Formats: sequence, structure tokens, C-alpha cells
Amino acid sequence: MSAEKTENLNWIDKRFPLTETWRAHLSEYYAPKNLNFWSFFGSLAILTLVLQILTGIWLAMNYKPDATLAFASVEYIMRDVDWGWLIRYMHSTGASAFFIVIYMHMFRALLWGSYRKPRELLWIIGVVIYLVMMATAFFGYLLPWGQMSYWGAQVIVNLFAAVPGVGEDLSVWVRGDYVISDATLNRFFAFHFLLPFLLVGLVFVHIVALHHVGSNNPDGIEIKQGPKGNRWSDKAPADGIPFHPYYTVKDLMGVVVFLALFSAVMFFMPTFGGIFLEAPNFQPANPMQTPAHIAPVWYFTPFYAMLRAVPPMWDSQFPGVVVMFAAILILFVLPWLDRSPVKSMRYKGPIFKWATGIFAVSFVVLAWLGMQPASDLSTLLSRIFTGLYFAYFLLMPIYSALDKTKPVPERVTS
Amino acid sequence: MRKLILATLLLLAPVALLASETAHLEHADIDLRDQASLQRGAKYYVNYCMGCHSLQYMRYNRMAADLGIDEVSLRQNLLFGDAKPGDLMTNAMRADDALKWFGTAVPDLTLVTRWRSPDWVYTYLKSFYQDDTRPYGVNNVVFPLVGMPHVLGDLQGKQEAEMEPPEEPGATPEIEGVKLVEQGSLSPKEYDTMVRDITAFLTYAGEPFKLQRERLGMYVLLFLGVLFIFAYLLKKEFWKDVH
Repeated sequence: MSAEKTENLNWIDKRFPLTETWRAHLSEYYAPKNLNFWSFFGSLAILTLVLQILTGIWLAMNYKPDATLAFASVEYIMRDVDWGWLIRYMHSTGASAFFIVIYMHMFRALLWGSYRKPRELLWIIGVVIYLVMMATAFFGYLLPWGQMSYWGAQVIVNLFAAVPGVGEDLSVWVRGDYVISDATLNRFFAFHFLLPFLLVGLVFVHIVALHHVGSNNPDGIEIKQGPKGNRWSDKAPADGIPFHPYYTVKDLMGVVVFLALFSAVMFFMPTFGGIFLEAPNFQPANPMQTPAHIAPVWYFTPFYAMLRAVPPMWDSQFPGVVVMFAAILILFVLPWLDRSPVKSMRYKGPIFKWATGIFAVSFVVLAWLGMQPASDLSTLLSRIFTGLYFAYFLLMPIYSALDKTKPVPERVTS
Repeated sequence: MRKLILATLLLLAPVALLASETAHLEHADIDLRDQASLQRGAKYYVNYCMGCHSLQYMRYNRMAADLGIDEVSLRQNLLFGDAKPGDLMTNAMRADDALKWFGTAVPDLTLVTRWRSPDWVYTYLKSFYQDDTRPYGVNNVVFPLVGMPHVLGDLQGKQEAEMEPPEEPGATPEIEGVKLVEQGSLSPKEYDTMVRDITAFLTYAGEPFKLQRERLGMYVLLFLGVLFIFAYLLKKEFWKDVH
């Protein structure tokens, strides 16, 4: 049996590097042994992506991207398709879960300094993934064709109309019509179906880059530069352990905890108090009736709050649009803003710790403010927290250089 | 760390001021496990509401199966015209007729408890009051300038609005509540029960699989709880030689 197996494997290995790939990326990929809670979110991100693609394909089997049929087809899935409600709630809860996981994954990168040399490209690919993910979510949110789907899309596409000169034409080009309509729904469905596969490709590139430079860890120490030799190999980093089985079994534990939290939401509070599924979206889209209060889903609200924080200038909303996009694009240059001699938050000084704390709080508060109806107070607060959000990045070259750091140990700590 | 938490709280303090005030709604206090209540609600809905308000995503036979109504009772009491058990619960009202009669399209109510709330529906049905300026002589506290007549008016009776004294002279008075001035064929307690039954039925119709989903959720969480023990032990076993 085993001789036959080896023979078969040899046959494959001569034609495809199966054993070699398995070793390079799993059984002989050496990850730092001190990875902690924050490292669960990488594998969870892949899990949620797969979950979204699978549930999405099954939803597409019964969904109809047609303005007169879309809303009813979603209710048909919820009521008449076997287990349709489960698949639909998995997908709607999964969208929010995906963003929670990705936000934690990105915050982890901030804590460990995972955007620093030699991981600049790894970080940049990650930001591209985040952008594509946001586009996917935006296209997908129109598909249920509820009131919030419709008016949310209307507000966001109208942002393109604020671009000076070509704005009006641009927004018509995006919608395929003068208002959000059946044409818009059709193209958004096409993109919503396509982009996840682009995400899979980008995730592949992300992992190729990761495995080339090696995994970072809570200490921000390069284990590849440390002493060599462990139980498995003389050439492997002494502080590294094989990804498989050590991190596969550890991540499996994380997956079970994640699935439990996910199930608790999906089975017992699928709308999550109107945050994951907004109440107005249980009303079919009505182009003649604008809802009293339009807000995007929670994962976009920090940027929506920033948009509303900027007053119109020269009779144009364009500055707000620029600020909103700048908030995301600034992530691309983060690797060159941080001048601290150390990578990890553990060895950074008090200024950097405070700055990161204020930044995290600002992001959460902006998310909350973006859900609220606009008022004078909320606009003022949005301005303050938008300022703090940008200050974190723009002042980083200064405070990261001034900050008093702690000495970094030679080897990872456990 | 403590300093950081304190600073966070201070930063968040102004946010609390923004917490918005919501309209006062009475608690519907429905029980989706009470099949008798749901059956009565279905009967009231089909007889009093469905002439105008369809339940276009709900099927008769699904409702019958979930509420424990046998096919004979379904056919005798709940199916009108040439409706068949497998049909969706639609009605014959035309949109342009509705516009002529009520000045607005009549909404389908399958999902009303999901975009409003069960409490809203319950309060709404109890909040009609006499208002001679309206075409049908009634208005509603939680839905000002509502287009529909008080269909259950003969059962509930007549209510009048109680106005708050205006804060300053000349200000528009605000409605504080309603009081019954002329009882209908039901006592207030009987009317409350009827309205609660209708609310329970509509809550069921908004998410017919709610009880099923919660039941399945318990099993899934139990399974994941057991799986976690094994996942934890597996991890511990593999990691015991990592120092």
C-alpha cells in the first residue's frame, strides 16, 4: 500500500511539485513559535472568504438580478428554498464577520509593525485586498433591492458626480442610467460575482509574499536573522516551528471559537440589532420615497462620517470625497511613515502607544457617528475624530522618531 | 493601561449626548410558541386586513403547517375565492385603485414587523383617534396623517387624542396619548388580546422560520462546544514540546 502510494506520489511529483509545495508552505514553512491571539485572524480571513464565495454561489442559484424580481427572490430564498434562510443569513452575517476579521487582521499589522521592511509589499497587497473587498461589499449591498440598498447606492454613486468637470458623466457611466435602476442592479450583480475570484487571486499573491519574507510575530523580531537550527532542520530558524501541524491545529481551535461566535449571531440575532441587516432594507426599493435617514452598513460608516465631516467648498462636495478616499489611500504609504527603530508595539514608547490607542478609538467612534443622523454635535465630533485619524498617519514621521523605544531582545519571548 | 481606558472614556463622553430619543411604543409581549394566538391572529388578519394588505411572500399551506391548521380548516376558514393552499397570500387590490381610495399605495405587510417592529404594529393598532380633518375621520399617533380608516374601529370603539399643554403660547400642541371615549363591541382587554394576536401573526409571517433557526442554533452551539474541547486537547497535545 505504502509503496504504491509513494509510487503514485512520485508520478505526480515528476509532473507537479506537490510534495515540494506541501513542504515549502506547510510542513516545512517555519513560523515564529510565539504567535498569539492576533494571528488567528489570517486563517479566519481565508475561512470567511471561502464561506462568502460558497454561500454566494448557492444564493445566486435562486437570486434574480432584476429590479422587479430581486426583492421577492430574496424572500423566496428565505421561505421557499430548502435551507435558503440559513444560506442567506450565513452570507449576510458573513459579510460583517469578514470585515470584523479583516479589521482585526489589519490592526494586528499595526501592533506588530508588520508593514515595515521587508514586508512593505505584503502590506500593500493587503490594502489592495481591502479595497477590492470594499468594492465587493458595496456591489453586493444593492442586490437585495431594499430601501437601504437602493438609497445607499444612490448616495455613494452620487459621490462620483462631485468630481469636477466629468462628475455627472462619470456617475451616469457607473450607474448605466440617470438613477439607480435595473441596469445598475445587473452590472452590480456581475461585479459582485466576479470580484471575489479576484480576491482569491490576490490572497494567493498575499500568501506568496508572506512566505517569501516570513511571518512576523508579536515581538517584531526577524527569526530568519536569528540563530539557525531546530528539531526539524539545521538550516531552519531556531525560533521557528513548522506551520503544519503546529499552527494548523492551533488555528483549528480559533476556527471553532470563531464559528461559535458566528453561529451565536447568525442563529439568535441575524440582524444584530439592525446593524448587520438594517431594518429599512426589509422594505422593497422605492425610487419615489427617500428614507428619513440613509446610512451605509457599519463597515463603511467610519469613511461616511469623514465624508460628512468635510463642509462643501466652492459649492462642491468633492473635498469630502477626497478626504474619504484619502483615509484609505494613506494606508499605502504607511510603511514609509513609521521611523521608529523598532517594529513591534511592545518595544515602542508611550507616544506611539497612545497614538495607536487614540487612532483605534477614533475609528470606532467614527463608525458610530457614521450611523447617526447628522447634527451639529455629530458633525463637530466627526471633524475632531477625522482630524485624529489623519494625525495618526501624518504626524507619524515626527512622533515615531521622537518616541523613546525599549531595547529589543535577540530572541522571541514566549 | 488604566490611564488609557480612562482617556478612552473621556474621549467618548460627548458621544453619549447624541443618543437619540425614540418614540414611545407599547411592548407587544407576543409569544411565537402560542399557536392558538397565532391561529387567531391569522383569522383576524385574513378577515380584517388582507382585503387591502397582502402577504405576498407567505404561502397559505406554509402558514397552515407552521400554525397547526389542518387542510379542511384552512380551506373552510382562510381561503377565499379561488385561492389554493399552495398560493401566495396575495389579494385583488389594484395599485391605482388604492391610490384613488387612500391617496397612497397600500403596503404589503409580510415584513412589516421587520422594518418597523412588533411593538410598533401593536401600538399602531391601538393608537387611532378621532380627527375630523382626515378623509376617514381618524388619525394615528404613531403614524400621523395615515391614509387608512380604523378598520377595527367598530370593535375597539372611539378614541380621542389627549394633548400636552403647549410649551409656549401659539406652539403646536403635541399628542400625549389617547383615551377611549366610546367603547365598541369588545372590551379594552379583549381588544388588546386581539391586537396582540394580529401582531404575533405578523411577527411570525415576517420570519416564519424563527423558531426553527433558534432550535437549530442550540444544536450547532452544543456541537461546537464539544468540538472545542477536542480542538483544545489536540492543540495542547501537539504543543507540549514547544518551549
